Amino acid sequence: MKESLLILVPLVAAGAAALWPHDRTRPWFLPAAGLAHSLLALWLLVHPPGAPWHPWLGYDPLTRAVLPAVSLLFLVCAAYGVSYLRLRAERPNRVFVAAFLAALGLMSAAHMARHLGVLWIATEAVTLSSVPLLHFNNTPRAFEATWKYLLVGGTGIALSLLGSFCLGYASLHGGGAGDLTFAALAAQGAGLSRPWVLIAWVLLLVGYGTKMGLAPMHTWKPDAYGEAPGIVGAMLAGGVTTVAFTAILRVRAVVDAAGAGVVADRTLLAAGLFSMLVAALFLLSARDFKRMLAYSSVEHMGILSFGAALGGAGLWAAFFHVWNNSMTKGALFLSAGNIRRASGGRTIDEVGGMSVVTPRSSALFMTALFAVTACPPFGPFFSELLILRAAFSTAHGWSAAFMLVCLLLAFLGLSRVVFAVVYGRPPRAARDLGRRFKETLPVLVPPLVLLVLALWLGLATPDVLREAWSSAVGQLTSTP
Amino acid sequence: MNPALEFVVRLVVWLLLAPLLPGIINRVKAWVAGRRGPPVLQLYYDLARLWRKGVVVSTLASPGFIAGPAVAWVAILGAALLLPLGPLGASPSFRGDVILLVYLLALARFCTAWAAMETGSAFEGMGAAREVSYAVLAEAAIITAVLTLSLQSGSVSLCAMLAPAAGPGAALLAVGLFTVLLAENCRVPFDDPNTHLELTMIHEVMVLDHSGPPLAAVLHGAAMKLLLFSVLLVQAVLPVGKLPAPAAAGVLAAGVLAVGVAIGLVESLLARYAFRRVPLLLTTGFLLCVFALLISWDGGGA
Amino acid sequence: MSGALDLLTGLAMGLSLVALGTSRLPSLIRVAALQGVVLGTMPLVMEHDLRAMVVVVALATVVMKGVVIPVLLRRAMRTANIDRDMDPLIGFLPSLLLGAAGLIGAVLLARWLPLLPEHHESLLVAGSISTVFSGLLLLIGRSKAISQVCGYLILENGIYMFGLLLISSTPLLVEGGILLDLTVAVFVTGIIVDRIQRAFDSLDTRKLTVLRE
Repeated sequence: MKESLLILVPLVAAGAAALWPHDRTRPWFLPAAGLAHSLLALWLLVHPPGAPWHPWLGYDPLTRAVLPAVSLLFLVCAAYGVSYLRLRAERPNRVFVAAFLAALGLMSAAHMARHLGVLWIATEAVTLSSVPLLHFNNTPRAFEATWKYLLVGGTGIALSLLGSFCLGYASLHGGGAGDLTFAALAAQGAGLSRPWVLIAWVLLLVGYGTKMGLAPMHTWKPDAYGEAPGIVGAMLAGGVTTVAFTAILRVRAVVDAAGAGVVADRTLLAAGLFSMLVAALFLLSARDFKRMLAYSSVEHMGILSFGAALGGAGLWAAFFHVWNNSMTKGALFLSAGNIRRASGGRTIDEVGGMSVVTPRSSALFMTALFAVTACPPFGPFFSELLILRAAFSTAHGWSAAFMLVCLLLAFLGLSRVVFAVVYGRPPRAARDLGRRFKETLPVLVPPLVLLVLALWLGLATPDVLREAWSSAVGQLTSTP
Repeated sequence: MNPALEFVVRLVVWLLLAPLLPGIINRVKAWVAGRRGPPVLQLYYDLARLWRKGVVVSTLASPGFIAGPAVAWVAILGAALLLPLGPLGASPSFRGDVILLVYLLALARFCTAWAAMETGSAFEGMGAAREVSYAVLAEAAIITAVLTLSLQSGSVSLCAMLAPAAGPGAALLAVGLFTVLLAENCRVPFDDPNTHLELTMIHEVMVLDHSGPPLAAVLHGAAMKLLLFSVLLVQAVLPVGKLPAPAAAGVLAAGVLAVGVAIGLVESLLARYAFRRVPLLLTTGFLLCVFALLISWDGGGA
Repeated sequence: MSGALDLLTGLAMGLSLVALGTSRLPSLIRVAALQGVVLGTMPLVMEHDLRAMVVVVALATVVMKGVVIPVLLRRAMRTANIDRDMDPLIGFLPSLLLGAAGLIGAVLLARWLPLLPEHHESLLVAGSISTVFSGLLLLIGRSKAISQVCGYLILENGIYMFGLLLISSTPLLVEGGILLDLTVAVFVTGIIVDRIQRAFDSLDTRKLTVLRE
């Protein structure tokens, strides 16, 4: 029963925020709901509930393995959001706050969905609730980005609905009752009609892959991440992508039970490697440091997909990487947001020498760069190492080598942009603008907290998390 | 009945009845527009008047200018005679007569275009070019329709082919053939039979320089072509061939009348399409015939 | 029963081809609306014993897809005061031919796919695939924001047709949720269309080219 609060608390808070009359105090709803949500999610992480609360929704091991990361990321973003919205006092924030909170509730619902239809509804609702977040800046560029997000995301989501129907038809054709809960589908196993399962897998992978941002369905990502406020970008990169990833994992488990796991793994592997390649190549030519983050996200989605394709140890490492991705992406987006506001520019042609203007944010940005590109001793280093080890131990040596090359290229691309932003001589305009931007604690602590968390995850991964990831792997691979 | 006598009777029927259909169409248009309109027999009067008039021939023109309309008229008449009339069948009927029918229609078009080029006028050359380029699309549709019919009946003889199949195939074929009918006979969404002024017209351009009896032949040929297509359409959709002769005659007449009324309504309610959209419409007709073909194929396979 | 269903399916397939061939925005909106109405009546034809929920969902579909959404789109079109002729990125003739080829392909594909015995004779699967294809084609091949929305609607219509195969087994709660989501999606899209119009003074998405590599 407590699980339902994970959905209800943010939604109720969203409703309350929509009705709250004062623009100045409304943002406090964000950290309040975020704190309640995080406490609940962490409490459930330590004390997992027994049976699922409802056949359609439940805090099962898979939810337990990833939802707390999203929840923590939200809490930090919410804390940052209070000061951000104070800086942007000229924009009305009623819709923004309500939509941000609603997105959290819907993301919880999507993580907890144990029914294909419910999963689809929740994911589509997350997409829609993030639309007002994307065009918060109210610029033509923001609308352009929103339009692309709606169109590409909407099409992807539509295809995943078709895929869900196909999976339902596979069950009907195999003599089942057409029950769309994952448990029932997996129980039917080999009874599912194979051609329909394969069609469903392709459609669902394309559909949820669009949401996740796997290449070549990633085209909305740079625009959306580049134009959205930093906290929205962080939530999109660390939260919404996780929703899509768990959705794909749940479907993969069904496909695996139906006896097509090898095909599914092969496609996931290909999608992962292709995403890494595309991301690495685009990163090499990136000039806009917020769009660069989007390609970095594509790269990490590729790593997740690659890890999931390896199964067993790889999957475990992928869950580890979900946490690392959420933390480091959050730190990157928030510190990039500081630099963006202090400099007033977005490309390395306009921005430079930020170590002079905003030394602390620049330091955070630089550290986050090292964290996200898997430098030890941050968490991503260990999770990527584990994925590589899993790849070598399952005879995927060439793929692992390919991944290493992509990681190297991505590191070169990312560090080229970050160094250009941080070092050098700042343009005059940036210096004047930067003087007006105060590096206060509320904008510095959130990214710092995320970096510390990433460090902590790497140096001393808590046992409860290890256990949670193991049981999630067990849930996804238990069916023979 | 004596075959020779029957042939002559058919000939007379086709020749006499053909100019009636344009009159009916004009009456429908007048009725929709709330006008009194020309008499139903107007085309007969026009033909008679033209027949009495002399001919003006350009000094550039070769005898082809006169021969063109004449050959076209004969070709259309021949095509009309190939068409079976319900249970009576056709007077000359043989395997593959449908191909001859298509070719005769093509020959008529060729002759009209040739005569138009004979004048040496750039304007008529343009009309001929348009006519021929749209004919490519229309002919594709006709041939597809013919294929559909022959697949349905397993025969390449018109008499056997015009036994229609019921269902969605017949409906698609009817709409497709109706589109082709409108295009081939220069009716409204494609061309406007009433205008002689606009640069967008197609068929009427080609006959601008004709006068007297050759023009009469052109007009009469056009009327026969319209009747031919209407009869073809009715027989392809309705099971006329299976009825006893008097009923068949009644159904045929009613069907042709219905087609005439439909053309009149289309002409009254639609505007002519922009020139560049004509191929789109013709392709639609072609696609309808293709779908009819696929459905009949499927029905044959199952 | 199956005859009426096939007739409606055929009608829907024909309408998606018409949508591909039409060059005027108001008629495109009308075609999408008409297709929505056709789809809305399908569940009423399919079900032997009409449950109250089926009727409610069918009615909601008709009202949403046939009335509300077209009215929204038409209003967006009128306030945006845009040119009613659409410039296609893929010409009308090629898209019509592609759509027809897609239709034939869909019929062949539906025949190749293993279907339940009661769906063997039905056109529904073929209709669904071809409509999805037409919708995608419209999404790719048209440049005006509203015509892309129409393409999206037609895509959704195709998916809805596939969903009808499962109507007896899926809980209608889910169907209702899906419908609700769709409606909100179109509302949100309408708002964005409006904002794009104000920001760019045009609804031609080809002008949305600031963001690119």
